[in-house]
Amino acid sequence: MPKCLECDADIRLKADVESGEIVDCPDCGTEFEVRSVDPPQLDYAPKEEEDWGE
Amino acid sequence: MRLGVLCSIVRTEEKLIFQALRARGVPFEKIDDRQLSLDLQARQLPWDIVLERAVNHARALHTLKILNDRGVPTINTWDVANVCGDKVLTTNALVQHDVPTPRTRIAYTPESALATIEAMGYPIVLKPAVGSWGRLIARVNDRHAAEALLEHKQILGSYHHSIFYIQEYVEKGGRDIRAFVVGGKTICAIYRMSEHWITNTARGATTANCPVTDELDAVCLGAARAVGGGVLAIDVFETDQGLLVNEVNYTMEFRNSIGVTGVPIHERIVDYVLSVGQAQATTATR
Repeated sequence: MPKCLECDADIRLKADVESGEIVDCPDCGTEFEVRSVDPPQLDYAPKEEEDWGE
Repeated sequence: MRLGVLCSIVRTEEKLIFQALRARGVPFEKIDDRQLSLDLQARQLPWDIVLERAVNHARALHTLKILNDRGVPTINTWDVANVCGDKVLTTNALVQHDVPTPRTRIAYTPESALATIEAMGYPIVLKPAVGSWGRLIARVNDRHAAEALLEHKQILGSYHHSIFYIQEYVEKGGRDIRAFVVGGKTICAIYRMSEHWITNTARGATTANCPVTDELDAVCLGAARAVGGGVLAIDVFETDQGLLVNEVNYTMEFRNSIGVTGVPIHERIVDYVLSVGQAQATTATR
């Protein structure tokens, strides 16, 4: 199970998690991007950029 | 059919689309724009059709242009993304096609913007031409606020904040409408409600189902035609003078609209993508 890069809490990934999905640490709320599903790897989520949107 | 889905981070919307494709047994390639390296000298690209779901407007815009110029159909097209990604171009397209929209003017200097605002009367709304989720839009109630905002934009803003998009303030009674158009059909709509004058769900607005009346359908289809059609979210104000189209979004988010409308929007998007891909394949084999 991957751990939070900030507070070391366990981050439980859902069975249908996708690479590229953003997940939150349940303890400290830091956002991470799922870089790999198998093996599970997290990195800090990218910061919102000026041209982000819909 | 070699289907690509252009994206970077995977939002709930992309996840739903991926799941819908897998449930139908449709193979696809997730094209992460952060890892993309496009050869501009290449005449052919390895996709037959691409669904654009990128969160970055600039990356989407460039990629769509390169794809379309090499004969790869995309949803949406570069033309649609170009118009919808810039509020000036969107409003211009709506007006050119006689789609009702709030009164809007643009100016290029703080001085001419201030004169424009004074002429239009307060309150007005200042928006960046490129932007989303209600960010950096400002309701300007008086000359003091206008002067301060324009100075801040001039000194702190990036170059596109020097295009002053000035829209009349529309009293919308605490809600607006977001309608979803897919392939020339208004498939559903929601009310977005907030005590704040900004009613984006990204800013905390709540939602409820909005019936698609004949009037709403006509306005939304008119707006969709004006910007070039495809998969679109149309933001609409209800006013005493009738419905006014505020904005049109080309990489729409819809996670908050499936439950309240009961319409599986991701499935309708996949239906449309596959129909465009099949039509393209049929044309190519003739």
